[in-house]
Amino acid sequence: MVVSRGAFPGATSLALALLSGPCAGGSWCAVVGAAGLGLVAAAQHGLDLERVALVPSPGAKWPVVTAALLEGFDVVLVCPPARVDRSIARQLEARARERGSVLAVMGEAWPGSADMRLAIVSGCWRGLEGGHGYLWGREVEVEAAGKGAASRARRARSWLGGPFQVAVDGPAVLGAAGPGAGGPSFRSIAGDEATGRSRPQVGAAGLAG
Amino acid sequence: MGPRALVASCADWAVICTGRPPSAEVAVIAGNRVVAVSPAARAAGARTGMRRREVQSRCPDLEVVARDMAAEARSWEPALAAVEAFAPGVEVLGPGRLALGARGPSRYFGGDAPLAAKVAAAVQAVVAGMSFGSGEAGDWTGCCRVGVADGLFAAALAAQLAPLGQPLVVPREASARFLAPLPVRVLAGAELSTLGELPGTADIAALADLLVRLGIKTLGDFAALPAASVLGRFGTDALVAHRLARGLGGRSLQGRLPPPDWMVAADLDPPADELHAAVFVGRALAEQLHARLVGSGLVCTRLAIEAQTEYGTSLRRSWRHDGALSAAAIGERVRWQLEGWAQSGQYGLNAQSGQSAQSSQPAQPGEPGERGVGAAVEAAQAGRVTRLALVPEEVRPDDGRQLGFWGSDAGAAARAARALARVQGLLGPEAAVTAVLQGGRDYSEQVVLVPWGEPRTPLRPVDGLPWPGRLPGMAPAIVHHPALPAQLMDKDGGPISVGRRGGASAAPACLVIGQGKPLAVNAWAGPWPLEERWWDGGGRRRARLQACTADGAAYLLACEKQRWWVEATYD
Repeated sequence: MVVSRGAFPGATSLALALLSGPCAGGSWCAVVGAAGLGLVAAAQHGLDLERVALVPSPGAKWPVVTAALLEGFDVVLVCPPARVDRSIARQLEARARERGSVLAVMGEAWPGSADMRLAIVSGCWRGLEGGHGYLWGREVEVEAAGKGAASRARRARSWLGGPFQVAVDGPAVLGAAGPGAGGPSFRSIAGDEATGRSRPQVGAAGLAG
Repeated sequence: MGPRALVASCADWAVICTGRPPSAEVAVIAGNRVVAVSPAARAAGARTGMRRREVQSRCPDLEVVARDMAAEARSWEPALAAVEAFAPGVEVLGPGRLALGARGPSRYFGGDAPLAAKVAAAVQAVVAGMSFGSGEAGDWTGCCRVGVADGLFAAALAAQLAPLGQPLVVPREASARFLAPLPVRVLAGAELSTLGELPGTADIAALADLLVRLGIKTLGDFAALPAASVLGRFGTDALVAHRLARGLGGRSLQGRLPPPDWMVAADLDPPADELHAAVFVGRALAEQLHARLVGSGLVCTRLAIEAQTEYGTSLRRSWRHDGALSAAAIGERVRWQLEGWAQSGQYGLNAQSGQSAQSSQPAQPGEPGERGVGAAVEAAQAGRVTRLALVPEEVRPDDGRQLGFWGSDAGAAARAARALARVQGLLGPEAAVTAVLQGGRDYSEQVVLVPWGEPRTPLRPVDGLPWPGRLPGMAPAIVHHPALPAQLMDKDGGPISVGRRGGASAAPACLVIGQGKPLAVNAWAGPWPLEERWWDGGGRRRARLQACTADGAAYLLACEKQRWWVEATYD
């Protein structure tokens, strides 16, 4: 699964939100190569930092490190360097499939077509005015596209970030996701079920295992 | 009459272990009182027990050092080992002081005086081996005084009164005669309080004071009083002191057992050509170590793996584990570590060896293919392994391990721990970390990263303290280390400054990060002043501001000394 930089910034928060669901459910998560990751934000997203391992600067050994972590962790989030070799990407994907883990990649560098690509297409900040207030949240629209069942791009609107989970005003789901798309899912994008439903289930089978 | 005892005492140990030569004017202070002074400072008028101000007024060039009991005890350990090398049953009285049952060793070495000289020489050799800043190690000659007498009390006093560089041996059955002329105040001396012979120092000090006021000036006078009268008039504590003054009683020494050496090592002859040969030896060592530890009811929580190569390079890395390391787990770590060393600079997915079936394959010299050649070159540079050692650095009694009762998946945790241990083997123990939240004002201060396996304890408590200046609301997802330089401008392009009262000079309209394109500022808030540690020299004064730019990004900016920095990005 790839979390790419969309038209609107927020890929890091989206990745953290992605991790928070499995992490809160008792899974172990690892983050490779994100040296400047804001861990206070991670805790605010609901990650249990006791079950999050970080390898902030693996350097050129990131493929070995990622492969080792896929052996033992349910979700591994990787921030690879600018250029990723196609064969390394294949091998890592194969290992994740074999181990039943989820490999989440942040950034554009991943070659090939991932099972799922997430991007924020639009959004707006809340809390900041001309000279007063403070940032307390952001409303974003997330687009998910991928292979197989997820080949039809879907969009969902959600709250991202902030220590509070605020219900979205108005219709939560703007995209085409119907109620039939239920099942185990990442429930982290927002606190509300409707938005969670619209999340596709890539990796959910791996998380359950 | 007490058992024959030898006491060796370095009164200046607190100064010696700081690494200063005797010619330096040094005073060691604990709780505003001088506890030890160097000979040069003593010559200048400094005395123990003085207040800091007083000693500084007598001796203006004096260097004042805070007492470090742990360092004193640690540096005394080699001296104990040196004495133990020829006389067993050494009892530690404190840092810089040791006691020894003298009867057996003095018969072996031909008398009390030769034994005392031998002990003094052993301690002096240790002191001479310590490093001193100016290389004047020899100046501390004679710092160790040795006394031998019947009973620990008399021996300790003899050590105190021994002339410089010469042991004082009180003949057998002569302790009472040796003690008789000494003033009764020696009972209250701080040196004797650690002997474990006398009850609380305060009571004995009061008794000594009372005896002097009653006209009983020496221990001999005190000893001449009838024991029954002493008991009736002064109580049981005084009776103990009375017995000591008569040269009687005294406890028997409790010699320590030398700490066992758990290290296991094996020499590889011929040197291991292939990795799996070294791993095989490592497994055998792990079994051996584990059997020895289990036999003593211990588990190892920190283990160092050491390897020496044929070119004399020595490699060492410590592994930590919060639970017990079993034989298999020790063996695994040895394998990971050897693989990590063999692969350093050499990596690739094929070099992975998650399963034991693959374990002997990676990084073998001579293996076909590009990676194998690289590994062979690597091995040729580093040399082959000639010696492998496992050193338990931390052991504790094996009291079992309690797993969480509800909801903790021990299997998942164990798998994660194994994966992380492998990463630590590849990159070093500091490379794989977990984060712990703690109190702090800055976002970077609010997190402490601890290497995997170390205890997760925050430096500052999360709750309870107010941390003024901490920002509410959502936290940034990217925190920049170091902060990125930036420029913040108003709508006319003029720089924005933060005034003395903490206000911005104008509304920000444009942000330039580094050499990037100018970004229009849509919304902003602040600045909020943040003043840290103004009470000591290392303070920082900043003002922070949140800004949201036209492309949808939001930043946390900080102004320090009228320069702007991007501290974090709300990505």
